[in-house]
This record gives sequence, C-alpha cells and structure tokens, in this order.
Amino acid sequence: MSTETRAPMHAPTQSAAASRAEEQREQYYVASHWVLMRRKFTRHKLAVVSAVILAVLYFTAVFAGFFSPYDKIRSRTELAFLPPTRVHVFHDGRLQMPFVYGLAQERDPATFLLVFSEDRETRYPIRLFVRGEPYKLWGLIESRIRLFGVDEPGVVYLFGADDLGRDVLTRVIHGAQISLSIGLVGIALSFVLGALLGGASGLLGGGVDMIIQRIVEFIEAMPGLPLWMALAAAIPLEWPPVTKYFLMSVILSILGWTGLARTVRGKILQLREEDFVTAAKVAGTNNLRVITGHMLPNFVGYLIVHVTLAIPGMIIGETGLSFLGLGLTSPTVSWGVQLQQASNVSVIALNPWLLIPGLFVFVTVLCYNAVGDGLRDAADPYK
Amino acid sequence: MASYIGRRLFYMVLLLIMLSFVAFAVIQLPPGDWIDNFIYYMERFGVTLDESAIEALNKRWGFKEPFHIQYWKWITNIIVRGDFGESATHNRPVAELIGERIMLSIVISLSTMVVTYIIAIPIGIYSATHPYSVGDYTGVVFGFMGLATPNFLLALILMFLFQRYFGWSPGGLFSPEYLVAPWSFAKVIDLMKHLPVPLFVIGTAGTAGMIRVLRTTLMDELGRQYVVTARAKGVREGRLLFKYPIRLAINPMVSGLAGLLAGVVSGEALVSIVLSLPTVGPLLLTALLEQDLQIAASLILFLGSLGLFGTLISDLLLVVVDPRIRFEKQM
Repeated sequence: MSTETRAPMHAPTQSAAASRAEEQREQYYVASHWVLMRRKFTRHKLAVVSAVILAVLYFTAVFAGFFSPYDKIRSRTELAFLPPTRVHVFHDGRLQMPFVYGLAQERDPATFLLVFSEDRETRYPIRLFVRGEPYKLWGLIESRIRLFGVDEPGVVYLFGADDLGRDVLTRVIHGAQISLSIGLVGIALSFVLGALLGGASGLLGGGVDMIIQRIVEFIEAMPGLPLWMALAAAIPLEWPPVTKYFLMSVILSILGWTGLARTVRGKILQLREEDFVTAAKVAGTNNLRVITGHMLPNFVGYLIVHVTLAIPGMIIGETGLSFLGLGLTSPTVSWGVQLQQASNVSVIALNPWLLIPGLFVFVTVLCYNAVGDGLRDAADPYK
Repeated sequence: MASYIGRRLFYMVLLLIMLSFVAFAVIQLPPGDWIDNFIYYMERFGVTLDESAIEALNKRWGFKEPFHIQYWKWITNIIVRGDFGESATHNRPVAELIGERIMLSIVISLSTMVVTYIIAIPIGIYSATHPYSVGDYTGVVFGFMGLATPNFLLALILMFLFQRYFGWSPGGLFSPEYLVAPWSFAKVIDLMKHLPVPLFVIGTAGTAGMIRVLRTTLMDELGRQYVVTARAKGVREGRLLFKYPIRLAINPMVSGLAGLLAGVVSGEALVSIVLSLPTVGPLLLTALLEQDLQIAASLILFLGSLGLFGTLISDLLLVVVDPRIRFEKQM
C-alpha cells in the first residue's frame, strides 16, 4: 500500500517543483534589467550588510543632534582625556537597568598625574529621550531631546573625551556629517567632469580624444597626495568653513574624475560597434537619442559601480588632509580633524580611544568597497 | 615598435612640460607675493634686505614681470643651472634641502614597489588557482582590510602597538648614533633594520589592490577554452599555468605600475610625516604650512616626475611582456 500511495504523492510534488522552476525562468525572462540587478545584488550578502551599515551611519549623521548625547563644541576641561565610561548592568551582584557610576579623581602617587576612577557610591541610570543640552537640528529646529544621557553631574562618555574634555562619540557623530558627505559632493563634481570629458573623448575621437587621454594619463601618474596637499594649503585659513568644505570637495574631485572618464570612454567605444546601436542609427534615430536611449542604459550600471568605488578614496583623502592640518580645521568637526589629536605617539599610548574616529573611517571605506563589489556583480546580471 | 617607443618618449616630454606648469601654478596659488613672504621671513631671522638686494631678487626671478616670463625664468634656471631657488624658511638653496632627502624617498618608494610585487604575485596566483579555499578567503579578507585602512592610520596604530607592547616607537629610519654619521656599511645595516615598518605600512594598500587585480584577471583566463584544451592534451599543470594565463594576467599589473608608483609616492609622503622619516614628505608638509613655495613647487616637480617616470617604465615594460605591441608593425 505504501508504494502505491507514495508514487502518486510524489508525482504532483515533482511537477509542482518543475512548474515553479518554469515560473521562475519565466520571471527571469520577463524581468527588467533593474529587477535582475536588484536580485543579483541582494544575493551578495556582504554587500547587503554593508549597505545597511552605511544607511545607519548616514541616518545617524543626518540626525546628529538627536543621537549625540552632548554638545559638539563646548569644552569641559575638567574632563580632559576622560577614558570611555563603562556602562554597568550589575550592582552588588544584582541585575539592574544599565547605569554608570559617578566620577572620582585622584592623583597617581607615582606619576602625580590626575587619574579618573569610578565612585561606586553614586549611580546614574542611563535614560532614553532625555532633556540634554540644547541643539538645533539642521540649524533650524531647536530641541533639547537627545537619544540617551544621564542626569547631571553624571557623565556618560562612551568613547571617552578629547583634550578639551569633549565627548568623542558626540564629535564622531557630528564629524560624520562632514566626512560622509564630502565624498558625495566630491564624487558628484567628478561625475560631471568624468562623464562630460569621457563622453567627449569617446564620441568625438581624434584630436579631442588624444588631448583628453593625455590629461587623464597625466593626472593618473601624479602622486595625488602631494598635489592635494599643495592645493589644500592654498585655501586661506580665515575663509568660512562652508567655503573651505566646498573647496576641499573641488580639490578632491580635480584628481578623481579620470577613472570615471576612462570607464565612460571605454564603454562608448565598445557600444558604438554594437549591432543595436547601428540598427538604431540606420532606423534614423538622432544622435542624442542613440546616446541617452540606447547607450546610456547599457553602461549606467558600470558608472554606479565606479562612483561607489571612488567615494572611499575621497573620504580617505579628506581624512588624510585634515589630519595633516591642511584641509578642514577646528572648529569644523570631521573625522580627520579629530584624528589630528592622535598624531603624537605619547598621546595615543595614553589615550588610545582618540583613534576611534579612524575606526569609523575604516568601517565606512570597507562598507563602500563591499557595496561596490556587490554592485559590480549586479551591473552585469546576465552572467 | 620603434614608433611606439618614440611616441611614448614624446608623450613623456609633453607630460613633463604639463607638470612644470602645475608645479609653477603652486607657487602662484596663494594670495600675496612670494617676494613679500621672503622679505617677511628674512626679517624674522633678523636680516633686513636693502633696496638693492630686493631689486636683485626681482631681477633674478622676474617678479614684476608678466606670468609667462616668470615661468620662463623659473624653468630655465632649473633646467640650465639646476637652480631651484632659495628657501625662505631655511635660508638655504632648495636643491640642497631636497638633495638630502630625495634619495631616501626614492629608495623607500622603489623598495616598496618591489616588495609589493614579490608579495602580491604569489598570493594572487594562489588565490586564483585555489578560489574559494581557506587561503583564498584569508587573502580576500586581508585585501579588503588593506584597502580600507588609510595608511597613515595604520602607521598610527602600529606606533601605538609598538609603544604599548615593546616600549619603543618605530619612527625614524636610523638609530640615534647613525643619524648624522656618514654613510657606511653599518649605517646601511641600520637602515635595513628600520625599513620593514614603513615598507609594510606604505605597501599594504598597493599590495591589496594588486592581489585583487591579479586574482580577477587570472581567474578569467583560467576559465578560457585554451586552458581547457591544453589540460585535455595533458600539459602539466605548472607549465600550463606559466605558459599562457599568467603571461596574460601579468599585463594589467605592468600597466598598473604607473598608478601604483604614484600611490606609493603619495603614501610615502604621508607615512613619512607620521613616522617622522627623514624623507621629502615632512619637508613638503612644513613647506606648505609655512608657505615656502619654492620648496613645495620643486618637490611637486620631483615627485611628479617620479610618477611620470613610472608611466614610461610601464610603457616600455609592456613592450617586453606583451607581444602584441612588439609586433604592432608587422600586423
């Protein structure tokens, strides 16, 4: 009996699986280019995770005032070089809501340096949505509500304090606004340059192509950093931060457009010979329509990949220049400006938490590279 | 082939001229005159320049002349007399200042390049021939991390770790006793001992990039039909690998040499500042911070030439490794 029942039971499942596969194949054939790309991208797990991390970082940066527990500028010199505050959940061996201990200061009998320690008598529970120091969201909306904090005089500096006693976490969050966006502004500029010049190079050919290719070759052979340094050093110190920020992104994009130009040129040269382009031309389509309607959709994926992989270079560029004191300077907060404090071995050896902004640079760049990798696979979804 | 080399040499000269324009523009960029700066620094040193001295300087560099004449004077002084001008801040000839340091910069940059290739090629080949193995994944992860760490940060972290766990900092290129000593065998040995840390720091990003390029191109080649055919005919695996696919996969590495050298020179400048190596990096930084633009411009000229030189080398090497260029004429 068992064999009899099993056989017919088996058959429908098999045909169901077959029809499902059929359906999937059907879906694959009718799916648009974009749907295929998205599907391929989501299969690259590392890229998806990285994209989520980047989204979180950008989201936090946008609402920096809310997510940061303190003010980014106000110094509290009495807290200079305070080590990262420890969050506890156990007190007298019993589980509690997360809290921090109060601060005590004593002089190290050997070195006579002031060292911070925990005052086990006082406890400050960490509260959510507390009223903290006032801030202005996007320079417009006044608010005091911050994501978390403790009651005064308790201090919760999760990443420790810098030389002026400012919360490193707060400054990392505010620094993200500059460090994460300068790459985007820079890439937008170099995108325009790269697409225009690369396009001209590939479409016009001849002398124009020759000149643009020599310029590209020249810029790529240049050691970028010394040139960046020279250009950044020419920005007058007394100019307002916004102007400096903009000029920095211009400087980063001056050397950043060449890779994009080469990609655009290469793709145009390749696509020009394709049958569908010839067909479109024979059918009497005008040049602009051939480019925007037939060629562009075919390489826009590669452009996106290139852009994604170029952003980290700019982020590192900004960090490096600001670190040297040539780019953005205090009171502007960026990860590079923060790292400036960590340029001395003895300072780092005593206060290693000053390197934390560097960790964020590392994570951001890593994520952009992974996302770029995933996009590269997705850009050619027919493989 | 001869026409290829000739064309490349011509481009090189063209690019060198472009470079000199860029370097000269650096002198002109900041507001204020170079001469005012010079006088300011001289006065800070307690030297007051009289009218005739200023006049002489003006005549030598043509500060009151239009832009193109200034450029002409600047560049002819360099080419004909090797005169790069005077540094205002150091009160010494620029050529002397750079001469002391440029050799070490070149030594560090070139040895980093060599180390990069020595490390990247075997790892890249292993990764491509053993894809998705443990070794490959380790290489890929390290590659990713190497690309993501700004090298100045790597230098900082290494300094921190050395300081904390070994009690000394890996800065500098010489032990104190050799710092001012004349060159000797012992001093070279001392230099060798100090080189690994900077080489490691500067080379990481380039090595990571190189491994990735080699891995992808070689994996592409290994999937080709000629490889399958050769294997079917019973060609031994090692011979098969080195006869064709590697020769093809080496190509992008050779043409990438220019970019790599540019990256290494950049990295060298930045890392030297962090590790305080006696190379041109720190000199460039102080020159820029103090607006001593004669030094800055000359350094950009030097470092840029180094980069362009890399382009030329990679073009010439391509002739050797790529038969398609060698036989261009016959085809």
